[in-house]
Amino acid sequence: MHKLLASTYKEFLLLTRDLGGLAILFLMPILLVITITIIQDGTFKTLNETKIPVLWVDNDRGETAENIYQNLAKVNTLELIQKTSENEAKELVFKGDYQLAIVIPENLSRDLDRKVDENVRGMLAKFGLNEDSISLAKTSNSQKEVRLYFDPATQYTFKSSIKNGIDKMIAKVETQRIYKAFQEQVTDDPNEVIFDTEPFVTFKEIGPDNNEKAVLPNSTQHNIPAWTLFAIFFIILPLSINMVQEKNQGTFVRLRTNPISYATVLGGKTLVYLCVSMLQFGLMLVLGVYLFPNIGLPKLDVSGKIPLLFIVAFFAGLAAIGLGLLLGTIAKSQEQSAPFGATFVVILAALGGVWVPVFAMPVFMQTLSKLSPMNWGLEAFYDVFLRNVGLGDLLPEISLLFLFFVATAFIAIVYNERKNAV
Amino acid sequence: MIQIKQLSKKYKGTEKFSVSGLDLNIDEQEIFGLLGPNGAGKTTLISMLSSLIKPTSGSFTINGLTYRENKKELKQFIGIVPQEYALYPSLTAFENLAYFGSTYNLKGKYLKQKILDHLEILGLQNFANKKISTFSGGMKRRINLIASILHEPKVLFLDEPTVGVDVQSKNVIINHLKKLNNAGTTMIYTSHHLNEAEDFCSRVAIIDNGKIICKGKPAILVSEQPDARNLEDVFLAITGKALRDYA
Repeated sequence: MHKLLASTYKEFLLLTRDLGGLAILFLMPILLVITITIIQDGTFKTLNETKIPVLWVDNDRGETAENIYQNLAKVNTLELIQKTSENEAKELVFKGDYQLAIVIPENLSRDLDRKVDENVRGMLAKFGLNEDSISLAKTSNSQKEVRLYFDPATQYTFKSSIKNGIDKMIAKVETQRIYKAFQEQVTDDPNEVIFDTEPFVTFKEIGPDNNEKAVLPNSTQHNIPAWTLFAIFFIILPLSINMVQEKNQGTFVRLRTNPISYATVLGGKTLVYLCVSMLQFGLMLVLGVYLFPNIGLPKLDVSGKIPLLFIVAFFAGLAAIGLGLLLGTIAKSQEQSAPFGATFVVILAALGGVWVPVFAMPVFMQTLSKLSPMNWGLEAFYDVFLRNVGLGDLLPEISLLFLFFVATAFIAIVYNERKNAV
Repeated sequence: MIQIKQLSKKYKGTEKFSVSGLDLNIDEQEIFGLLGPNGAGKTTLISMLSSLIKPTSGSFTINGLTYRENKKELKQFIGIVPQEYALYPSLTAFENLAYFGSTYNLKGKYLKQKILDHLEILGLQNFANKKISTFSGGMKRRINLIASILHEPKVLFLDEPTVGVDVQSKNVIINHLKKLNNAGTTMIYTSHHLNEAEDFCSRVAIIDNGKIICKGKPAILVSEQPDARNLEDVFLAITGKALRDYA
């Protein structure tokens, strides 16, 4: 125990004497989280507040086009700009001035009315309700095409959500037109309400809060856990460099001849760097709660979650330190440990879902992501922040993180023993 | 005190044995000098005796103990003054010594007093709280020595303990080592300073190509070599004048 405490104190001194290293450990994660959150907050605002200008070319000038226009105008995120020429709209979009142009074809309303009337009358005739049915002959209505011009740089998700939205609106307009046609056929009183045209099935998004209030994750809730975890894992760099320096300085050689076990030496490093991780995490929470609201970013909601958050941070820190100990044990030079450590953390972060959500990855990568300790940590943080789980529900993830630490530290010790066996 | 039997070491990827079938007995309280040109095998031998590298074959005991069976006990029994400054540059002299002392289970006031005493003996009492990075080569050598003797080892391995230091520092180091030897410490010492070795060692062995070519008391070795006035003449006569560059 005395040797462990002495090793811990030595590590503390080494760390506090390296001001550059300390700055990297604390300031860089702060900069990282603030930068990424501001950028991502812009994306969230794009979806929620900022209006995307969309060109609107109405070649129909009928009720259907008007209906679609009114529905699109209700969408907060879109700002419709009317254009008269399809070519002009197309050119503007392809130049990158606009992300989207919607072109409504000529005679859409007229042809839709005709098609619906034909179908309704045909159907009523089958039931023997329409005396004109025998004389009905189908007019040749070619399919109508609403043309969408997208800027090639437009993101796939935006494209697909716009296409789905317009598709849904047209389907709604068609349905309402069908109801109207039926109404015209069965009653002469246009004010008589026969059909309720409002959607029967609606959706409600229910969050995991006790009061079933929908949780709408903001950029802070996404970024603080993800990028704090990233920062925690970046600890493998200074840790492994610290170990490589010990080898280069000759102090590691001295320690090998002294009656102190490698596990004790690693234990001292673990305790100090674990404190660093916890401080980093605490600092991130302080940023999210106190600084972010003052710089126009959403506030981090940590109410009632702090103990669980620190438990997750503790085990995530351990996992990162285990990796750092292993890398520092194996690496022979800083040229080996620094680039490898940095690249490996980025790979783990990518696999873990820090940038792209795991569900959006290819199946093979989704399987691989389950092997990333950053994925376990991120899931545990999301569990606490967004899913309101208890400690019991976190056990699988924090157990994996702990086992990862045990495994990496064990491999480091065995590797060192084998390499230096006498 | 130290019995070495047929000890050999061949590094991976090399053809040549760095130490080859070496037999040697070193008595208690001896100062035994290992002399030889660059690449002769001196550091390899000390590294094996201090548990830093594993022998390819052969065996040795120190006070009847082996690393295989008595690793912890043996590490407490010996001290190593490595050729490099094995110190943390950003820590002070006191902090370095306190840490290395604590690895030998020294603690509290006893450890503090031990450090202060040694610093005073080696003329560094005014530099206890200065960082090692600000020290001269000679000062670092002295701290390097203190870090290895705080626990009062019975056997001390010294791998070129005075290399690159000024005459004053060398004098202080050698005098302190002599005092430790008088107090009962057995020493195994390597150096290229043959005059220093002649004066300091009770017995020397000249090693070349991993083998002991000759061994004995310095004065006897000098007297047995025709035309030799000192140990350096003996050394050159035995190992030759050809350069020993190796990579």
